[in-house]
Amino acid sequence: MTISKEEVKHIALLARLELTPEQLEQFTRELDEIISYARKISSLDTENVKPTTHAMQVGNILREDEPRSSLSNEKALQNSPEKEGPYFKVPRLVE
Amino acid sequence: MKYKPVIGFEIHTELLTATKMFCGCEVGFGGTPNTRVCPICLGMPGTLPAPNKKAIDYTIRTALALNCDIQSPTYFDRKNYYYPDLPKNYQVSQNYNILGVNGYMDFSMGDSRTKRVGIDNVHIEEDAGKLMHPEEKAADYSLVDLNRAGTPLIEIVTEPDLRSVEEVEAFMKAMKNLLEYIEVSDCKMQEGSLRFEINISLREKDTDDFGTKVEVKNLNSMKVVSKVLEYELKRQSRMLDEGKKIMPETRLWNEVTGKTKSMRTKEEAKDYRYFPEPDLMHIEISSDWIERVKEELPEMREEKKERFIREFSLPEYDAEVLTDEKKIADYFEKTLAKCKTPKAVSNWIMTEVLRELKEMDEEIDEFPVTPACLATIINLIENGTISGKIGKTVFEEVFKTGKDPEKIIEEKGLKQVTDESAIQSVVQEVIEENPDTVEKYRKGKTKVMGFLVGQVMKKTRGKANPKMVNELLGKELQE
Amino acid sequence: MNIETLSIKEVQKKLKEKSISVPEIAEALFRQIDRVEPTVRAYISLNRDMVLKKAHALQEELEKDGYPETPSLLGIPIALKDNLCTTDFPTTCAGKILEKYHSPFDATVVEKLRANKALILGKTNMDEFAMGSSTENSSVQKTANPWDVKKVPGGSSGGSAAAVAAGETLGALGSDTGGSIRQPASFCGVVGMKPTYGLVSRYGLVAFASSFDQIGPLAKTVEDAALLLQCIAGYDERDNTSFAGEVPDFDAGLKQPVKGKVVGIPGEYLDKGLNPEVKKVFESVVHKLEQEGVECREVSLPHTAYAVATYYIISTAEASSNLARFDGVHYGYRSENPEDTMELFTRSRSEGFGDEVKRRIMLGTYVLSSGYYDDYYLKALKVRTLIKQDFEKVFETCDAILAPTCPTTAYGIGEMEDPLEMYLGDIFTIPANLAGLPGITLRGGYDDKGLPVGVQLIGDSFKEASLLNFAWNLEQALNLREYPQL
Ligand SMILES: [Mg+2]
Ligand SMILES: [Zn+2]
Repeated sequence: MTISKEEVKHIALLARLELTPEQLEQFTRELDEIISYARKISSLDTENVKPTTHAMQVGNILREDEPRSSLSNEKALQNSPEKEGPYFKVPRLVE
Repeated sequence: MKYKPVIGFEIHTELLTATKMFCGCEVGFGGTPNTRVCPICLGMPGTLPAPNKKAIDYTIRTALALNCDIQSPTYFDRKNYYYPDLPKNYQVSQNYNILGVNGYMDFSMGDSRTKRVGIDNVHIEEDAGKLMHPEEKAADYSLVDLNRAGTPLIEIVTEPDLRSVEEVEAFMKAMKNLLEYIEVSDCKMQEGSLRFEINISLREKDTDDFGTKVEVKNLNSMKVVSKVLEYELKRQSRMLDEGKKIMPETRLWNEVTGKTKSMRTKEEAKDYRYFPEPDLMHIEISSDWIERVKEELPEMREEKKERFIREFSLPEYDAEVLTDEKKIADYFEKTLAKCKTPKAVSNWIMTEVLRELKEMDEEIDEFPVTPACLATIINLIENGTISGKIGKTVFEEVFKTGKDPEKIIEEKGLKQVTDESAIQSVVQEVIEENPDTVEKYRKGKTKVMGFLVGQVMKKTRGKANPKMVNELLGKELQE
Repeated sequence: MNIETLSIKEVQKKLKEKSISVPEIAEALFRQIDRVEPTVRAYISLNRDMVLKKAHALQEELEKDGYPETPSLLGIPIALKDNLCTTDFPTTCAGKILEKYHSPFDATVVEKLRANKALILGKTNMDEFAMGSSTENSSVQKTANPWDVKKVPGGSSGGSAAAVAAGETLGALGSDTGGSIRQPASFCGVVGMKPTYGLVSRYGLVAFASSFDQIGPLAKTVEDAALLLQCIAGYDERDNTSFAGEVPDFDAGLKQPVKGKVVGIPGEYLDKGLNPEVKKVFESVVHKLEQEGVECREVSLPHTAYAVATYYIISTAEASSNLARFDGVHYGYRSENPEDTMELFTRSRSEGFGDEVKRRIMLGTYVLSSGYYDDYYLKALKVRTLIKQDFEKVFETCDAILAPTCPTTAYGIGEMEDPLEMYLGDIFTIPANLAGLPGITLRGGYDDKGLPVGVQLIGDSFKEASLLNFAWNLEQALNLREYPQL
C-alpha cells in the first residue's frame, strides 16, 4: 500500500472533505492504485532538470496601478447563501 | 536572569498603492463593507489575478532599503489554508523564489550604540478580509467584510537577532520610521496597515542552542508588543524553572487579561501546501528596473537633514531632531508651507509639539494642532497680533479643543493691544499707584523698571505690546 | 433547412445572400434541439425566448449595417461549455456546488463572441468541473453520443461535442485540460482544437488546472474551427498567462497545399494499448497524407509513458487549490445548519462535490502535502520539462505530429468503472497539454460499428495557422461528411 486509511483521513481533513466509512475504503483503494501508478516517474533521472511551472513562457505584463470600478454591495452579495446587512454571514469560527 | 531571550519579527505592512494587488479595486480603510470588491478579490469562479506593478516596485524598494539581494526571476506561490476571510482559501504569497533575501537593518539604540538585525526575506502577498464578531454575547455567527481582501502586503521576516525589550522597542521604531521614509506604507498601526508578529524563545545562558519558539499574533501597537514580550519572558522562564517543556505554538494577546493565550488550532488541519502560482508568470527583475526603483526612492533621512540645513538655514541640531522621524519632518515642511519663518517653526516643534506629543503617546497625524494651525499661530505672533506668550496660550487651547486659533483669539479677546493712548493711560495709572517705586527709579535704581512693566502687563492681562509698554513707561519716568 | 448538415461558412453564405435570416437559423436549431435533445441531452441551459429576441435584434442590425467584412459570427448560434462564465445563463460546471450560480461577468471569450455578434444559444453539459472523459461525471444528466446513444460522447466537453455532432448548434466552445476538447471531438466525429497555452484568454473559464486549461472551438469543419479560433484568440490583460503577440490570420493560408511538408509519427503512440481498428484507420490516414505529398516519418517522444502520471500529479495539485474556494461562504451550495465554519466548509464541500472531483482534490492535496511535495509534485514538474523537450526535438525536423486522438472509439455509458483506466485513455491527448502545444482532432474514419475514429495533429507552439492548414488538407483528402442518424 502506498497510502494508509489514516493518511487518507488526514488528506480529507486538509481538503475539508468528509468521507463516509465506505468512501474511506473506496478512496484509499483508488488513491493507492493511482499513486502506485504515479510513482513510475520516480525511476526517471531528473538530476539536472529544471522544473516547468508554466506550460508556456509568455512574458509577464504587469498591471498599472489604476483603479477600476468595483461591484455594488448588492452585486457582490448576489450569490451569497447567507448575508446580514452588507456582510457575508458565516457560523461561528472555531479555530 | 538565567535565560537569554532570542527574538525575531514578522512584519506585515499594507502598501500605499491606489489599487489592490491583483485587481483594480481601490485600497482603503473603513467605509461600507463589501463595496471595494470585485469578482477577482471575491475569488469568484473564473477570475484570474493581474499583478499590480507599483506593488512590485514598492517591494523592490523595501528590499533595497533593507539591503536585500533581489532574486530574479521571482515568482508567486499559493499558500493553502481555509479561513472565512480568505475568499479563495489560498493566499497568493511567496515561498520558494522570494523577491528580497539576505538583508539587514542597522538601527540606533538611542545612545551611540547601533544594532544590526538580519532580514531573512522581504516578500509580497495579498491581505485577507476582516471578520466581525457581533457584540451580543450569545451571537453564534460572524460577518465577513472583504474590502481589505487583496490589499497589497509586504511581509518582512527578520532573523532572531534581538535580545532584549530595549532592543525590540528601538527596532520597531526604526522599522516603522524606515517604512515611512521610503513611503511604501502609511504605517497606521491602529488601522492595521502595520502589524507586528513576534517570536520569542529563551536560551540558557552559555549555550548556543535556541529554545523552542513561541509566536504571538494580534499585536496592534508597539506598546502591546513590549507588554507581550515582558509577559512571555516571565512566563517562559517560569516554565523552564519549573522544568516544564515549552511547546512550539502560536499565542494570542488578550488586552483585557494582559496575558497571552494559546491559539487552540487543530494543527493537523493545517499544512500550507505551498506551490508555484500557475496563474502568474515569473517576474524578471532587470537591472534597469532596479535602477529605476532606486531613482524613485524618496529623500532619505541624511539627505533631508542636509537639505533642511541648506534650504532653511537651520542649525544642525534642529535638522537632526526634525528628521529623526519622517512624519515630524513632514509636519515641519507642511507648517512651513504656510508661514515663512523656518527657525520659529523649528522652535515650536522642538519644544511645544514634541513635548505634547510625547505626553499623548500618539502619532503626529493624530496631533490636534495641525500644521495649518501652527502656521497661523506663528504668523499671528510675527505680525504682532498676539504676543509670543499669548501664542503659547492659544497653542494650548487649540491642543485641548481643536478649535481654530483665530477663533480662540477672538472669543477670548487675546489680541495684542497696540493702541498708544490705551497703553498710555495704563502706564499713567501704574505710575500713580506706585509712587515709591517711581521715586526709586528716578534716584537711579533703574532695575525697578521690570516691576513696573510687569504691573502694566498684569493690568492688560498680557495683551499690551511689550515694546510699546517699555517705550511709554521710559518716557514717563524721564519726566 | 437541414441545419444539422450545414457548416458555419455555409450558413454565413446564406445570410449574406439573404436567403435566410438570423431568427430562421435560430428557429431551425431549436426545432432540431426539440427533436434530438430528449435522447442526446447535450444542453444544461437553454432559453429559447431570450435567444430568439436576440436573434431578431441581430437581424435588425444585419439589415441596417449589412454583413460585416471582417471575420464575424453575426447571427451564428454558438453553444458554450458550462464552465465558461456568462451573465445571461447560469454557470454551473455541471456541479451541485454551483447549481444556482450566476456569474456577475462574462468570460473574455464570451465578450469576444458577443463583440463578433454571435448568438449564444445555451450552455452544454460536461463532466463536473471538467474532471472526466465521458461526461458521465455531470451532476445534471448523462449526455449520449449522437452516433450511438448507448455510448458516451467523451469528455469533459461532451455536451459541446455532442451538440455539434447532432446538429443542435453550428459551433461550440469547450475547454481542454488533458484532452477535453479533442477526445469528445474524436468520439463524436467533429473537429476540435486546443490552441497553444496562452493564445486564448482563460479569464472567465472556471479553472480546473490553471497551467493546462485552454479554451478552444468545436465545429463541423476545419474552416469553421479556424473562424471560431480567430474570433476568440488574442491577448487579454486580465490573464497574466496570456500571449501578447499578434494573432495571425488563420484563413489566409488555410487552403495552401502541404506538399513537401514533414509529419512526424510518434512510435510510442502506436504501441500496445491502441485498439486495432483505431490503428487501421490511423494507418489509412497516414497513407492519405502521403498521397498528398507529405513526408510521414516515425519520430520518438521517449517520455510518453510518463505523461499520464505527470499530468495527474500536477493537474490535481492545481485543482485541489483552485477548487478550495467552493466552501459555501460567498456563493454556491451551502450545507444546512452547520455548527461552525469548519463544518460549513467540510459539509458544503462533501455534499456539493461529486466523487471524481473529490478523488482529484484528494490526490492533489496528497502530492502537495508536507513530505510528498518533492517526490511527487516537484518531480512531476521536472518530468514535464523532459516531455516538453521531447516535442522541441521533434519540431526541429517536423512541421507537425500526427497521432491517434484516443486509443479507442466511444465506449458504452457506465462501462468505464476504474478511474485509473479512464485516466489512461487520455494518454495521447495529455502530452500536448503538458507541453502547452496546439492540437487539432478531426474525423479520420470509422470503426466497424460505424463509430467515428479521430486523428490528431499536434503543432509547435503558436503555429496554429500551419496546423489548421494541415488539418484542412487532410479533411479535404478524407472527405468524410456523413451525419449521425437520430
Ligand atoms: Mg505571510
Ligand atoms: Zn477587487
